[in-house]
Amino acid sequence: MDTAIAINERDPFISTKGKQKTSLKCDADSIAGCVSQRACVYCGARVVLNPITDALHLVHGPIGCASYTWDIRGSLSSGSDLYRNSFSTDLQEHDVIFGGEPKLKRAIDELVEKYHPKVFFVYSTCIVGVIGDDLEAVCKQAAAKHGIEIIPVQSSGFIGNKAAGYRAACDALLRIITPMKPLPRKKLSLNYLGDFNLAGEAWIIRGYLEEIGIDVNAVFTGDSNYDTLKKATMASLNVMQCAGSMTYLANKMQEQFDIPYLRISFLGMEDTADSLRRIAEFFGDANIIERAEQLIAREQNLVQPIIDAYKGQFNGKKAAVYVGGGFKAISLIKQFREIGIDVVMVGTQTGQQDEYDTIHELADDGTVILDDANPSELERFMTQQGANLLVGGVKERPLAYKLGIAFVDHNHDRKHPLSGFVGAVNFAKEVNSTLCSPVWDYMYDFGGDLHGTNSEA
Amino acid sequence: MEPILKHSKNVNENPCHMCMPLGAILPFKGIEGSMVIIHGSQGCSTYMRRHIAEHFNEPIDVGSSSLNEKGTIYGGEKNLNQALDNILRVYQPQIIGVLTSCLAETIGEDIERIAAEYKIVKGLAEFPIVPVPTPGYGGTHAEGYQLAVRRIVSYLAEPTPAHNKVNIITSHISPADIREIKRLLDIMQIDYVLCPDFSDTLDRPIARPYTKIPAGGTKLADIRAMAGAPATIQIGITADEERSAGHYLLEKFGVPLYTVPIPIGVKNTDLFFQALTAITGKAIPESIIRERGRLLDAMVDSHKYNFAGRSVIFGEPELVYGLTQMCVENGIFPAVVASGSRTNKLSVLLEPVFEKYQQKVAILAESDFVEIRRKSVERGANIAIGHSDGRYLTEREGIPLVRVGFPIHDRVGGQRLLSVGYTGTAVLMDRITNTLLENKYGKYRSTMYEAYYKAAK
Repeated sequence: MDTAIAINERDPFISTKGKQKTSLKCDADSIAGCVSQRACVYCGARVVLNPITDALHLVHGPIGCASYTWDIRGSLSSGSDLYRNSFSTDLQEHDVIFGGEPKLKRAIDELVEKYHPKVFFVYSTCIVGVIGDDLEAVCKQAAAKHGIEIIPVQSSGFIGNKAAGYRAACDALLRIITPMKPLPRKKLSLNYLGDFNLAGEAWIIRGYLEEIGIDVNAVFTGDSNYDTLKKATMASLNVMQCAGSMTYLANKMQEQFDIPYLRISFLGMEDTADSLRRIAEFFGDANIIERAEQLIAREQNLVQPIIDAYKGQFNGKKAAVYVGGGFKAISLIKQFREIGIDVVMVGTQTGQQDEYDTIHELADDGTVILDDANPSELERFMTQQGANLLVGGVKERPLAYKLGIAFVDHNHDRKHPLSGFVGAVNFAKEVNSTLCSPVWDYMYDFGGDLHGTNSEA
Repeated sequence: MEPILKHSKNVNENPCHMCMPLGAILPFKGIEGSMVIIHGSQGCSTYMRRHIAEHFNEPIDVGSSSLNEKGTIYGGEKNLNQALDNILRVYQPQIIGVLTSCLAETIGEDIERIAAEYKIVKGLAEFPIVPVPTPGYGGTHAEGYQLAVRRIVSYLAEPTPAHNKVNIITSHISPADIREIKRLLDIMQIDYVLCPDFSDTLDRPIARPYTKIPAGGTKLADIRAMAGAPATIQIGITADEERSAGHYLLEKFGVPLYTVPIPIGVKNTDLFFQALTAITGKAIPESIIRERGRLLDAMVDSHKYNFAGRSVIFGEPELVYGLTQMCVENGIFPAVVASGSRTNKLSVLLEPVFEKYQQKVAILAESDFVEIRRKSVERGANIAIGHSDGRYLTEREGIPLVRVGFPIHDRVGGQRLLSVGYTGTAVLMDRITNTLLENKYGKYRSTMYEAYYKAAK
């Protein structure tokens, strides 16, 4: 290991299970020049709100912020596809000098007239925060003029990290869901938070819940729309998949509307079964509990033999995990266990202290745990730990491949669902497709040595 | 001073361009031992890394000064210095490019001064730190690319005794295109310095050991000596003088400048070889004459199929110019020619070419995909030629897309696309002709059935 090139300020963010340090530093600003894999506040806000299908998402800023986020999520819609368009005020030097408000006003007028959206988000970007455009005032005025909700999203990139963007998005959501007067409560009804309906994942979970007799009132935010979000406070329970982005909203809804919440996870067979049971138990209805058990038994009977067949092929393989949030990392550790793979490195971009504590508890001795890692650290620890497989996002993929390490895409633009029982099968299939590909057997020099941890020596 | 041009639109809907710093990253990736830092908030570098990584399928490491609220209010010098420290330590580069973001420019960061002072304080007087002002609102990625090339050359080039290496300054073309140009120069037995050369760095062979900065790229010593070249061939006729590296070498060192378009199509490739023979006095070798003959043969073979083509061509002005010329030569009518850049260069260059047509060609500057789509339908385009962001032309309008340019994020192989030279043109033309054929063969049975069999009944 080449420690000469490691950065000392990064030490508190890295630990090894079973060695000296047990608490890990996290939730801090990225260190300059460390090539963090994190994005910005605007990114956090945009990814959470963008799946609202009939909303118009206008990015007030220069073109880049809009260009790099246009239709990059594989969120599916059963209705409108307005959300798959990119709208930007494309600020120019003139606007930066003289202020961007006039252009923003004109842009809102033009877009409302052209698309008649029910709800309209205006995202603030870095320079908007600096040149002092009053987004709140412009939106308020335009909302009054057009008679629709026009909601400013305070997401200037420099005011924090991605997690601050999640909060900005939750604040925007709160504005929509807060009713003029309290709405009646529906008894066997819940909201599903933190699923963005990537490749139809929210539809799969909705199918399970409806089958056992529970109504899915609103999803935050996969395949949601203005009308369903407006009725969000009618649910009697919130269940939350992506804790990183939704904990703030769940807490607010508990405080303001007295809706309790459960942290659940539909990644992997074990977590899916466990989550369905906990939801059924919450409602306490014997019929629901029985139907949940029936569904779990049926699906497990179908899925377990498939998983077991894959498991035999993965024996002794080691995985590294580097994902956005802590809760996803926790689920992945369990999910890898289900298919017989040991996790030797776990990292996240924005994991929280309690999540890292859980990761530490779950992990095997010797596992490297790290927060806000960079390519250099990923390279070092994957190599050092002998990882055969990395699960991560788009930026990490080419690094893994170059190192001869297999890769599972757990990112926003995935094209097959990884949730629920069917997702557990897809996950095993994807692991198989990358870990057991013949290509690794050919990664050798002309007449020479094999490359990478997946090449059979 | 030029008057500030007023942006003509209030909203950009589905952008056909990206921001200036993204374009400026690419030339730095083509310099040996180079790293780049973006002075701005963390998100900028992450978004651009993701976007570039997806196209090239390569790890793209770009540092960030990770400006936070404090840095934005009190100045970001400390952040930038720390970023330089860490990048130097971890990557051990030979040269660092410092690009500004919207944020850094708007708060008035003086990167020239910060870089100069950093070098003195650290005792790195000789170390090249190349500042490039690239506010996102200052132009598109196309202009960012040109400016970065000019800044690299103007920073490094120094008075040099005359030598025989011809300067080849490339436009934004693919690694495969760069390799093709080098192959042709080698066949001609011409000594050259090609800058920037990311043919290896952004299309990297599997090799061990993995290095954080890929091997390859234009050598610093070669760029320093560009002032002593017999001539410069600048591949790129759309760059303004202040963004032209070739023009800098002409003005400052009197190096004769030959400006040619990207060698796509017969005429433009001829221009490239004419420049080479004019400079070196060498004859075109027989093997290249045969390549040219083969292209002519292919053009004749395909001409009737191509005559049915009505194209919409979009992307960076330089590439669009080359592609349009190629369409014109092959009898594909350029119905719509569009770029996101704010430049009248395309219409100035192309209007004389289009004089022979009785129908009007729509030449769109500062365009976006809403406009491009509308015009394409209006003008009856039946084939689209450009990057992946034009995919809605297929998805929504059924116009098939031949992918070329940047970014290509929904297909593999963007880095390997070959379009230059006589052979490259034939390869690209085959893809275009075959797309027209596929479309025709896929539809003609049902079209005839509907038109004649059913109509007759």
